[in-house]
Amino acid sequence: MTTGSAAQSGSRSWLLAVGLFAIAAIAVPLLNLGLAEDSPLHLPDYLVLLLGKFACYAIVALAVGLIWGYAGVLSLGHGVFFALGGYAIGMYLMRSIGTEGVYKSELPDFMVFLDWKELPWYWYGFQHFGFALFMALAVPGLVAFVFGFLAFRSRIRGVYFAIITQAMTYAAMLMFFRNNTGFGGNNGLTDFKRLLGFTLRDPETRIGLYLASVTALLGCFLLCRYVVGSRLGRVLRAVRDAESRVMFSGYDVRSYKLFAWTLSAVLCGLAGALYVPQVGIINPSEMQPANSIEMAIWVAVGGRGTLAGPIVGALIVNGAKSWFTVALPDAWLYVLGLLFIGVTLFLPRGIMGSLLSKHEGTRT
Amino acid sequence: MTVPQNPSLDASDEVDTRQGMILYLEDLTVSFDGFKALDELCLYLREGELRCIIGPNGAGKTTMMDVISGKTRPDSGSAFFGIRHDLTQMSEHEIARVGIGRKFQKPTVFPGHTVFENLELALRGSRSLWHTLFAKLSGEQQDRIALGLDTVGLSDEAHLPAGQLSHGQKQWLEIGMLLAQDPKLLLVDEPVAGLSLSETERTAELLSSLAGTHTVVVVEHDMEFVRQIARTVTVLHEGRVLAEGPMEKIQADAKVISVYLGS
Repeated sequence: MTTGSAAQSGSRSWLLAVGLFAIAAIAVPLLNLGLAEDSPLHLPDYLVLLLGKFACYAIVALAVGLIWGYAGVLSLGHGVFFALGGYAIGMYLMRSIGTEGVYKSELPDFMVFLDWKELPWYWYGFQHFGFALFMALAVPGLVAFVFGFLAFRSRIRGVYFAIITQAMTYAAMLMFFRNNTGFGGNNGLTDFKRLLGFTLRDPETRIGLYLASVTALLGCFLLCRYVVGSRLGRVLRAVRDAESRVMFSGYDVRSYKLFAWTLSAVLCGLAGALYVPQVGIINPSEMQPANSIEMAIWVAVGGRGTLAGPIVGALIVNGAKSWFTVALPDAWLYVLGLLFIGVTLFLPRGIMGSLLSKHEGTRT
Repeated sequence: MTVPQNPSLDASDEVDTRQGMILYLEDLTVSFDGFKALDELCLYLREGELRCIIGPNGAGKTTMMDVISGKTRPDSGSAFFGIRHDLTQMSEHEIARVGIGRKFQKPTVFPGHTVFENLELALRGSRSLWHTLFAKLSGEQQDRIALGLDTVGLSDEAHLPAGQLSHGQKQWLEIGMLLAQDPKLLLVDEPVAGLSLSETERTAELLSSLAGTHTVVVVEHDMEFVRQIARTVTVLHEGRVLAEGPMEKIQADAKVISVYLGS
């Protein structure tokens, strides 16, 4: 006996995911590095970068989808966790510049510019990649844990919670804008040279980062798939649908929300850590409230309550964004707004949700 | 009654009912914006009894249930489960874990989960995060779910989303979830609201059969239903106990007639 239709319908989704991953992981390097640049099938470097970024966005969408689609907690502040992960890796990348900066100093350029004489204590350790990667996951996780602990303990829910997360990301942005905070102020961290000894500009490094991103996406998908398929996942969905029933059934709702919330933030941090070496910059604008809202739109478009939905949503919205911001730059925000309204009106369960319900409809 | 030597020696979470009583509500007062929903309410329940609580709207029935299940904190007074568990100091899930189950007035099930999954989540067992992350249903647990499905007559609907059940089936599923939780004390709020006559009868039979092994508190407006199951009836009025006793005595009570039955 299986435990229900939800588990059954998704029982082979991992095969599909692994298959798509294999195609993405083999085809892209082959078409980029394997073909001569004048070949019509050659995949230009900028597209590799774009696809790598999309993989990072997809991880973010997965993280937002986990907490919103399954636990019913809408976050409009996940940009913070993404940025914190990015800053942690950015700090490593800054330290690994060494004395090759403009000022030929051991200190990052912006510190020399601010006339700082020594490294602030919280920059210690970031010369080690392993430490920076750990912090890219641990710092967003810790921030989310403390924030969530306080918010869930006070039983802040729904719109109120969403508004507080907006305030959180806005406050963090203002903090990071300050030069005194020690993360490069409004310029952020940039001019990176090397990652683990590899020159960031090399096509091979690009491909390596792309592969790391799609591998991380697959890993995050399988992890989330395990979590939502477990009894814990069923408790989360129950919290979403009838929170008081869960409490009176003896479950400590707070700890379940806190788990999903913290896990979601950690995944977001990982996405940020993969994103920053590819785009070569991290600055406080990543924390502007609109960014986090856009993340929620990816999930709404793709479909809440599924794992594939947020990934699809992130790819569609960002694909459209890439095209529009080149072809019709002024139109993009209108298109995004219309897309969101259209999905809300006509596909309330999002693209994947509507596809699934159609599929279920034909089956029964 | 014998006074136990030292109840705190028993280290388990088990409710201590060696006094024969399972619930002690003493001088409970709850007010909302100056309105006293409960006014120094005193109520005791013997282990294994089936008690019906009746009273006009606003008498404090639901508020009393809320205090027992931890949803509402009293302004003053005490609420003890057995002689050891101070309910006013425990959160909702802790109260549920020591063995108080609650059925809401409006049937509350998990609409997106199948009937089977509803019972799985309600099933007695560890509620810890790590346990639920790795939990697999044992054969014994599957049998218990199957038995539960049978008890509430939903075996054929096991793999249907609970949201698709009829109103009566949802009421029964919620009762089934309560039973799967295996509580010592069941708080049942208006179990037959919106049920057909035959469903009402089956509910009456089920609740009556639970008494003895469980303590059951039923809040109900349907007087016919109360007559069917009641052994002891407590009448609440304006947050206090107006009368308590067997149904025949209550029906003849002049005070009760004037505030409730007569109206």
